[in-house]
Amino acid sequence: MLGKTAGGVYWMFRYIERSENITRLIDVGLRMALTRPYTSQDEWASVLDAAGVRSGYDQVHSETDAGGVVDYLLRDTDNPSSVMSSIDAARMNGRLVRTALTREVWEAMNECWLLLKETLANPIPSRELPEVLGIVRKQSALVRAALHGTMLRNDIFNFARIGTFIERADNTARILDVKYYVLLPTANQVGSSLDNVQWETILRSASGHRSYRVSHGLEISPLGIADFLIFDLQMPRSLAFCYRKISDNLGYLRQNYSTRHSSHDLIDERAQQLESQTVDSIFDTGLHEFLSDFKRYNSALGSQIEQDYRFHK
Amino acid sequence: MGIAEQFFNEMFDADNHRYPYHEYGAWFDNEDISRLRKKANEAEVFFRRTGITFNVYGEDDATERLIPFDIIPRIISAREWSRIERGIEQRVRAINAFLHDIYHRQEILRAGRVPIRLIADNEAFLPEMIGVSPPGNIYTHIVGIDLVRTGADDFLVLEDNARTPSGVSYMLENRETMLHMFPELFANTRVRPVNGYPMGLRRSLAASAPAQCEREPVVAILTPGIHNSAYFEHSFLADEMGVELVEGHDLRIVDGRVAMRTTRGYQPIDVLYRRVDDDFLDPLTFNPDSMLGVPGVMDIYRAGGITIANAPGTGISDDKALYSYMPAIIEFYTGEQPILKNVPTWRCSEADSLAYVLDNLKDLVVKEVHGSGGYGMLIGPAASKRELSDFSAKLKANPSNYIAQPTLALSTVPILAKKGLAPRHVDLRPFVRVSPVGIEITPGGLTRVALKAGSLVVNSSQGGGTKDTWVLED
Repeated sequence: MLGKTAGGVYWMFRYIERSENITRLIDVGLRMALTRPYTSQDEWASVLDAAGVRSGYDQVHSETDAGGVVDYLLRDTDNPSSVMSSIDAARMNGRLVRTALTREVWEAMNECWLLLKETLANPIPSRELPEVLGIVRKQSALVRAALHGTMLRNDIFNFARIGTFIERADNTARILDVKYYVLLPTANQVGSSLDNVQWETILRSASGHRSYRVSHGLEISPLGIADFLIFDLQMPRSLAFCYRKISDNLGYLRQNYSTRHSSHDLIDERAQQLESQTVDSIFDTGLHEFLSDFKRYNSALGSQIEQDYRFHK
Repeated sequence: MGIAEQFFNEMFDADNHRYPYHEYGAWFDNEDISRLRKKANEAEVFFRRTGITFNVYGEDDATERLIPFDIIPRIISAREWSRIERGIEQRVRAINAFLHDIYHRQEILRAGRVPIRLIADNEAFLPEMIGVSPPGNIYTHIVGIDLVRTGADDFLVLEDNARTPSGVSYMLENRETMLHMFPELFANTRVRPVNGYPMGLRRSLAASAPAQCEREPVVAILTPGIHNSAYFEHSFLADEMGVELVEGHDLRIVDGRVAMRTTRGYQPIDVLYRRVDDDFLDPLTFNPDSMLGVPGVMDIYRAGGITIANAPGTGISDDKALYSYMPAIIEFYTGEQPILKNVPTWRCSEADSLAYVLDNLKDLVVKEVHGSGGYGMLIGPAASKRELSDFSAKLKANPSNYIAQPTLALSTVPILAKKGLAPRHVDLRPFVRVSPVGIEITPGGLTRVALKAGSLVVNSSQGGGTKDTWVLED
């Protein structure tokens, strides 16, 4: 397949995944704002920080309020990571690689774009927000479903999956990091019920609260939640799960092409690094530091893959 | 006098259905118009979902427009088709013989049947092609011949498209949509299929690979990119043919071959179906500013390392300045009279003709020799006094840039309009594949229809629509 095509498929699925994860971040903000005893801008600022778009937002907005942040994350096409920008970019890549996709995948992508363009044409009133976030997630699920149901398990499929999991790992790390940016009213509230409610919000936003109970029982603790979202191999959004998938899909490419690249060394190294840690060791050195490193290495892995498979040159 | 009496109506003869429409007409008469209208809306949803859109130059980049689709098919009988087919085959043979001659011995010029200046002063003639003989001497692997109809047996050739004709994706998608919406119709009526086109094209392109190619030829489609108005078609065809869709920056010359950058490095290509114009094909040979082409591809081509379809320089055969010489060209190379006639044409470069055209401007259609897509043309009967006088001035200033034709009484086929069936003018572009193995013409083609009552302009860029085109089995 063409290098350009591999890149297009990879980015199409990264952007699809990103659109969904932006809705998860908005969800975190909404839930946290609801559980606050008083109104505060901190939750929304923390969501902007986690999404990595704080400076872009501050350039055009003077206030960090729910309406402004939600609109910026959902609809603003000047924000390259907004849901609408992501869906535009996903479809643009889809058009570029139309020949690599089945008709079903392309149509799911195109319908997703048409529907969201319409849905997001005007600002979303807060009472309609949960429904709209649901529509975005459902649309992205439909594109992935079409991929699973109709595509050959060949190199194209592997690039789509690698894109999905590189992006998802990044996003799970970002969602976990939201908690770092949210300040508790006072230091002695660490471990308080408010603290725990915020952690639970993170869990819900990763669609993990029910699954968590299955694997970790009833007690919800920061350590338990971080363990679940970082290490649990049954949890399809955990960092470890994403890295296992990337490793598998890169492995198929290696067999398929009979060529081992630098990205294969890199993923092995990163997977080992992850395995050698525990949630306790992570909390000892600092969760935020761990997540920052993770995001950096994750992005380096992505670049290496782009280079190894000649996406650009 | 209404449009129905003035023009040949392909569906109705007085109040009766003409022969090709017997079965369809009987079906239609039993249909509920509101159900059909609902189907017409469904068709639009279907097209939008498929993403079958075109971009209009000069409009906002983000605009993707649908070409309106009308659900009443245009039906052609087996007998009518067989004459069209023979006429097209003859014409395409002559075009390829002409191209070979014009880039080699130029006997037709020596014989004085085509004026030398038409070739010598023509930008569409590429000196770089002199002496080049592509495999099987096939220059035009894909041709679209635009036909208009003025009577029961009168099909005329309006234009030959021997460069990079587009529209075949609409032919295929229109049929797909009709099959999807009205399966019962196809069970009752014996309509010849068109869906063999993409694989047929892949086969005929493969058969045109350079002689030195000893493997299953690798075919790729070269597109100017996602912003091109026909991008949908390029990707649609690549998909249906199972070949790669490449842009200039995916290609480079590696070890004397044109190769595409894949996830496993550079892989050579044997046949390039290019949908970029000659001018942009190779910045080393043609337009040095082109970002769309491949530097050095012409050298490889001339050395027989790749087949380019259509060959560079085929534009000299479908140039509007040459159009009026087509009957002579056909006769010169085939020894036969043209089966399909040309539309009578005045060459404004000739003083007598120019005088006639200027005197009769209000009754004529005047076209720029190098224009396309319905731009830069004058439709006399529809033009205002002001437009006529402006155009006269342009004509006098540069007569050889124009040809003129009578306003044709184009046939009509009904569309489903607000108040039921209403006749509208149509044309037809059948698609032809040419390879050293032979000439194949898909039974059908793209019927374009002017949606405005009385309008003669069918171009999609000017508000025309399309119809499914049925050719009946014998």
